[in-house]
Amino acid sequence: MNITGAQAMTEALRRHGVETVFGYPGAAICPFYDSLLDSDIHHVLVRNEQGAAHAANGYARAGKRTGVCIATSGPGATNLITGIATAYMDSVPLVVITGQVSRDLIGSDSFQEADTTGATTPFTKHNYLVSRAVDLPRIFAEAFYLAASGRPGPVLIDVPVDVQTDVFDNYEPAQPELPGYNPPSDPDREQLEGMLSLLSGAKAPIICAGGGIISSNSSKLLRTIAENWHIPVVTTMMGIGVLPWDHELNLGTLGSHGVYAANYALHHADLIILMGARVGNRAMGSASEIANRAAVVHIDIDPAEIGKNIKPHLPIQADIRLVLEEMSKETVPSHDVRRDWLQTCSDLKAKHDFKSFKYENSETIDPPSLLHKLGQMAGPEAIITTEVGQNQIWAANHYPLVKAGAFITSGGMGTMGFGLPASVGAQSAKPDSTVIAISGDGSLQMSLQELGTIKQEKLPIKLVLLNNSRLGMVHEIQSLKYQKRYSQVFLEENPDFGLIAGAYGFGYEKINSNDQIEHAVRRLLSSDGPSLLECIVDPHEPTLYHASRRKSQ
Amino acid sequence: MNDNNANSKQESHVLSVLVNDHPGLLYKVSGLFSRRGFNIESLTVGPCEIPERSRMTIVVSGDEATVDQVMRQLDKLIDVVEIERLPRDYDVERELILAKVGCTSQTRAELLQIAEIFRASIIDVSHTALTLELTGQQDKLTAFVNMLEPFGIIRIVRTGLIALERS
Repeated sequence: MNITGAQAMTEALRRHGVETVFGYPGAAICPFYDSLLDSDIHHVLVRNEQGAAHAANGYARAGKRTGVCIATSGPGATNLITGIATAYMDSVPLVVITGQVSRDLIGSDSFQEADTTGATTPFTKHNYLVSRAVDLPRIFAEAFYLAASGRPGPVLIDVPVDVQTDVFDNYEPAQPELPGYNPPSDPDREQLEGMLSLLSGAKAPIICAGGGIISSNSSKLLRTIAENWHIPVVTTMMGIGVLPWDHELNLGTLGSHGVYAANYALHHADLIILMGARVGNRAMGSASEIANRAAVVHIDIDPAEIGKNIKPHLPIQADIRLVLEEMSKETVPSHDVRRDWLQTCSDLKAKHDFKSFKYENSETIDPPSLLHKLGQMAGPEAIITTEVGQNQIWAANHYPLVKAGAFITSGGMGTMGFGLPASVGAQSAKPDSTVIAISGDGSLQMSLQELGTIKQEKLPIKLVLLNNSRLGMVHEIQSLKYQKRYSQVFLEENPDFGLIAGAYGFGYEKINSNDQIEHAVRRLLSSDGPSLLECIVDPHEPTLYHASRRKSQ
Repeated sequence: MNDNNANSKQESHVLSVLVNDHPGLLYKVSGLFSRRGFNIESLTVGPCEIPERSRMTIVVSGDEATVDQVMRQLDKLIDVVEIERLPRDYDVERELILAKVGCTSQTRAELLQIAEIFRASIIDVSHTALTLELTGQQDKLTAFVNMLEPFGIIRIVRTGLIALERS
């Protein structure tokens, strides 16, 4: 039976179990959009292609599957790039499909032509410019395999419009042909023994857990290991949620915007086991100093991460899940030698825990108090997305997260405008879950148009806006490091967010006093459709709190 | 690398890289070097004994940690099938040079003598210039160029190093 390239693309998606895709059509991808009409695949029409990539990212992380996004050639593809780069930095599995001008026009600067594979090479795990329709089944099989296996990441398939209309004989299911791709899986026994022997002698060990724990679904295993072996856990931004926020061994997030207990533990440990964490500069600024003082074991599925930012004493190139499974079979030695360390860590966690929540009458909303209450009321199953800026740091440090994978944020790339479209993806993957998009007034306006997507899809997303009428994080940096010389951070002429909410069919409430938090959050969470809760925040409220705001009594 | 030691040794390393002969492959490899700040001394690529594959010889400068990271990053490219680091004391290395050198009737004889000593071939000759071809190890080529310099070098082109491990 004859089949067109476009039909083969749709068939490939169906065969790979794709139910929902995110995209935006255009001339060079029209044959594929035409064939989508004959399938059961649900297409979410975003308002800007960047939103499609972010939505696919949120979908992949909330639904634990590969996200698919689609754009046309030229500007459609270039608009996707920020979203592709965001997914690449956070190792999120995406298959990205772009239209391309027809083969005979490539290279002639024709209308809506861009070198999409060239432009996305630095941000994709792999990409393809398809030259023959008959290759499509194999290329799609490879793309889905590459995106989700090993260290996950985005894979792009650029399909010229005439390849989409070309006809070939039959859709023959194809196997990936990737002789150059052999992701490590099993840990080497010798390396594993090395770690176990370091661990049994360590007086002050910690586990530093990154996004790899979440993407490999290993948080339960990690918890068992940490509890049985008595090892405190610190997390990177991407690792938030590997242990419940109030678990006694969870010391919190490390790094420049992390918490005291986590950073103290990192700098005083004698053994640091990095698990699926690439320890970027925001998480670990002085990596070489740390490696000079403590023994470092680095476990990662990507061999190129090992030795890149920190020189480990013992590298383990393996799937973290298999390492943890092996560890769980070992007999656990006595933890007497680390009693002092465990005590120190738990004292520090208690002493520096942020407990000064405020629910009395006030002029502005206290973000930590709001986020704490929000998390308590939304419950452990709620999924939250964040933007980037102060809202992200407040959420990372104060939202009481219980479940791994429920915190969807742009960790590596730090992309403003990520959270709102990511919430579209998360809610599409989990229609019955509460999905909360936490935002600031700056970042919300970077993807504001996606409110239209939410309206069209009738997604009951709960949008929490922390409004301080400025780019708060940059304002904070300029306050601390640029002698309060504020440059281009004020958004005094913000729109009326109530009118915007109304225009897009959102429920709306605005609060500015902490005593309103509980009732407003209850109304937000119990509303049927999408709803916006605007919270007026003190413009000088920092993310880096002084000890005085922490529990010290 | 953040933790490069100040006294770590900068040396040249030779990588033999088997790649899929796909369009855009050269860009993926060269882009990786510029993006990650690796120093490339030379890169040669051409068909090899396997159909639809090419073999690259890449000379990288840097310390041990850098070359290690280069190999790991290259290995991440899906179209890179195999990477070998060639031991420089146990491989065969060759490079080819074409040099166009100015000459007069007075200097031609001397140039021919130098060519003979190095076993270079004369591949083009005119009243004002000679073009010489020489294949050899890099230090030999460098010595050859040094000898030619006083005569006035008009153009030089070198292929970059190619290398194989000894059997």
